Amino acid sequence: MPDITIRNLNIWYGSTHALRNINLELPDRQITAIIGPSGCGKSTLLKSINRLLDLNDQVRITGQILIDDYDIYGKNVDVTEVRTQVGMLAQKPFPLPLSIYDNVAYGPRIHGLARGKDLNQLVTESLKAARLWDEVAHRLKESAHKLSVGQQQRLCLARALAVQPAVLLCDESTASLDPLAARGIEELLNTLRQHYTLVMVTHDIDQAHRLADYVVFMWLGEVAEHGPAPQFFQQPQHSLSRAYLAREIG
Amino acid sequence: MQHKQWRKFEEFCFIGLMRLALLIALLGLVSILLTITWRGLAALSWEMVSQPPSAGFYLGGDGGILHAILGSLYLATGATLLATLIAVPVVLYINTYGRGSAIAETVRLVLNILWGMPSIVFGVFILGLLLAFGLRTSLLAGIITLALVILPILARTFDEVVRLVPHDLSDATLALGTTRLELSIMLLRQTIPGLLAGLFLAFERALGDGAAVLFTAGFTSTMPTSLFQPVASLPLVIFFQLATPFPEVQARAYAAALILTAIVLTFGMLGYFFLHHFGRHVIR
Repeated sequence: MPDITIRNLNIWYGSTHALRNINLELPDRQITAIIGPSGCGKSTLLKSINRLLDLNDQVRITGQILIDDYDIYGKNVDVTEVRTQVGMLAQKPFPLPLSIYDNVAYGPRIHGLARGKDLNQLVTESLKAARLWDEVAHRLKESAHKLSVGQQQRLCLARALAVQPAVLLCDESTASLDPLAARGIEELLNTLRQHYTLVMVTHDIDQAHRLADYVVFMWLGEVAEHGPAPQFFQQPQHSLSRAYLAREIG
Repeated sequence: MQHKQWRKFEEFCFIGLMRLALLIALLGLVSILLTITWRGLAALSWEMVSQPPSAGFYLGGDGGILHAILGSLYLATGATLLATLIAVPVVLYINTYGRGSAIAETVRLVLNILWGMPSIVFGVFILGLLLAFGLRTSLLAGIITLALVILPILARTFDEVVRLVPHDLSDATLALGTTRLELSIMLLRQTIPGLLAGLFLAFERALGDGAAVLFTAGFTSTMPTSLFQPVASLPLVIFFQLATPFPEVQARAYAAALILTAIVLTFGMLGYFFLHHFGRHVIR
């Protein structure tokens, strides 16, 4: 399983310098929570790890992000391969315009990972891993948009897992869910940490406290503090971190 | 009257008005269908849809209107293909390179105005060009005129469909490691019902338009064989038969109207079927 090393990462949106000199080492098979107030660059940092930021013409990126010593911003890098290795769970669940089954089977199909019975097996396993199988097993051919929002988010997770990524990015993935569904996703992420390098953005300090092994606290486009979660939550070093944890700022 | 009762009375009145409007709309449709069926059914025969007209057809002679059925289908198909060829790049441009620009908004405004323009204006415009270049009426000229008539319908419906594609769909698809081509196919899956609805709408409009082809496609009693020869069309067959003083020929006009309506309805139903078939998984 890969760890993620970020070196001298700078990102501009047009003339706005959104991320400044980011240097981080994110541990493998653990949950890293990126926290900080709105607009501090959390999602920008997250989306730079699977190169989704490239889609914005206004964006300029310098520096390196190494996943398992492989520079994903290096020359001749296959962006589709990067995104295959780095799955993503967005803030709002967005099923593809396909059936429940095909939503999960889509990734393995385009990457040629499995066919026929093997594909069925992979879809089943992915839906089970996302704890959705029992609710959809009898209606796999139905449209994905008929599921509830919480189910849709678990479907999106199953879809991401089916591609067998090494890293999973979660961009405030529980923010649009009701408390019960949010807790379900949290529990899921908790079990997934054994198999994936998880990086999550959250504005919920309590959630970061419950889930994270490692914390990155951002402030105005810079990393103000980062370190193992117990250390960060019990003895924050930076005055901004202390103020943020005390909910005095942010 | 108390406030609560007044609110209920208001709602009652508006529901009544809506039902009345619905009734008027339905009555209009049903009375048109009943009239043409009642007047045309007697004159409808296999001969009418399977044969071209004989020499004395408009005086009550033998034959049918196969030439006009085929002519209308050729005209509408050609026009829809041609208009699609123009509409697709226009829509792609105003939604990609020209997105948000003054040009894109101007194009939308012009298309909206053109949508409302009577089709006879397009007919007169193309007739002017035909005369200027010393050309005669033909299937091709009719196709070009009808393409101009339906271009705004196609381009604006395609435009709205493309504009309604959720941005999240691209991110969700690309995040799975798709290529641009695979993303395009996914976007097509989302948009295909809307695109098909636009295509069918435009095709049906082209099928039923008489004014645009009056001066440009001309009229003939022979079967359509060439793009450069005049061609008959169903709306004009109806018009010319109804204009004769003979009751039996006039009855055939209603039969022709029935055939045209049946063709339009068939394509309408086909469009409806495709819409539901391809639209069942679309994210709303």
